[in-house]
Amino acid sequence: MVDWWDLTLRLVVVLVAFLVLPLLVGQTEHKAMAHMQARVGPMYAGGFHGWAQLVADGVKFVQKEDVIPAAADRVVFRLAPAVALIPYLVVLVAIPVAPDAVASVIDPSLFFVLALMSVGVLGSLMAGWSSANKFSLLGGLRVAAQLMSYELPFVLAAASAAMAAGSVSLAVIAQSWTPWWLLWQLPGLIVFFVAGLAELQRPPFDMPVADAEIIFGPYTEYTGIRFAVFLLAEYAGIVVLAALTTVLFLGGWAGPWSDALGWLWTLLKVGVLSFLVIWARVAYPRLREDQLQRLGWTILVPLALFQLVITTVLVAGGVV
Amino acid sequence: MKVFGSGLLTGLKVTWRNLTQRSVTAHYPDELPALPPRSRGVIALIEENCTSCMLCARECPAWCIYIDSHKETVPAATEGGRERSRNMLDRFAIDFSLCMYCSICIEVCPFDALAWSPEFEYAEYDIRDLTHEKERLEEWMWTVPPPPALDPAALDPKEIAAAAKAADRAASRAEPPADEASG
Repeated sequence: MVDWWDLTLRLVVVLVAFLVLPLLVGQTEHKAMAHMQARVGPMYAGGFHGWAQLVADGVKFVQKEDVIPAAADRVVFRLAPAVALIPYLVVLVAIPVAPDAVASVIDPSLFFVLALMSVGVLGSLMAGWSSANKFSLLGGLRVAAQLMSYELPFVLAAASAAMAAGSVSLAVIAQSWTPWWLLWQLPGLIVFFVAGLAELQRPPFDMPVADAEIIFGPYTEYTGIRFAVFLLAEYAGIVVLAALTTVLFLGGWAGPWSDALGWLWTLLKVGVLSFLVIWARVAYPRLREDQLQRLGWTILVPLALFQLVITTVLVAGGVV
Repeated sequence: MKVFGSGLLTGLKVTWRNLTQRSVTAHYPDELPALPPRSRGVIALIEENCTSCMLCARECPAWCIYIDSHKETVPAATEGGRERSRNMLDRFAIDFSLCMYCSICIEVCPFDALAWSPEFEYAEYDIRDLTHEKERLEEWMWTVPPPPALDPAALDPKEIAAAAKAADRAASRAEPPADEASG
């Protein structure tokens, strides 16, 4: 028997989080990036230190003309932003914030989440192919090339956490986390986070969008609200990656007084990881596509396999 | 020794230092910049000092200074003296859409009728409105700050140096024996 009221409430909370958290990350990026570059960033929108800048941006995007190139594949072109955004919304449904606070109980939620995160990339591929623009096509090719390098270490690192916990349920993984994981799952944590950055096409792995080289790649032809949806997908992706890293490798709600304040710990860890994503963007220059391949296949994959070996030995040996 | 990956940490360190320090942004429309004297904002005019000698207009590389004047006769100051003629300034205008802020007019003015004011907010919607007449140029004169004091180690201004030299000469002529006795 499904409690419809309870389910509706949980989904509404997820929707609100989905609409608010990416904006918070975006605003933090505006201000933190500005100060890291000795600027101040937006100062006027909303009155106090430009807190409403992204709201103003949203209003601006809505007003803009919605242009679809004459040669574009119209159906795919229109569908692409939704394909990029919605998977991240659905992923949030399966992420536990506190022991019982998850919108939808899916037992193999790790599989569910990893599968959906891969779908999000399809949006960029569709946009790159359907725009009928050479820069978009180049960007789409780069997305595809990038996919080759990060997907394997990403999944392997996640598998390590699942093996350590003996479950593919995110809630169980977070529940069985102990502070020792920070030590013996550290390679997995690093691989997962770096590969996740590459999946989100965030700097230093933003070769597909590289605005200085190929003019935002797959998004070159997008204007107005569709472009805004792609941007929102990027920030929603940051939230999702930070939340997944938190749940898989940082114990989710683990922390002092986690019985009462578990959700706060989760949000705090998500916030810190999101800040790391922003920090990496400011601190590091963009890699080349082949450099990412090199990083993926010669460092991340071996590291993830090494992590799997450690996990296997320790779990099979009954050490943990 | 350079440790592998130390560059990554340096990147984080530099950005963190910037994040925790105050930004260098000048909040311009909210806070006006404190510009030093002689900042080349706009050219101000003291009409009383101008003799319509046209030096500035002739030296101007951009030909952006317009001067109209006429002669008036001034009655003799003493009885039986000669009447003098003098230039009366009718129009003095600078076209700031042409001006290239080279400062030659100010250098060349023999009577210090022109001066730099640090005011810079005189943008207009129409390029023709950038030609400012002498009334407007006079208003800017009030915004000209006093020149900065000389550096303590600087040479004296020419006038003071000349006066001091003359005074020394007069003094040495007055009492040459004292000078010789002491020397």
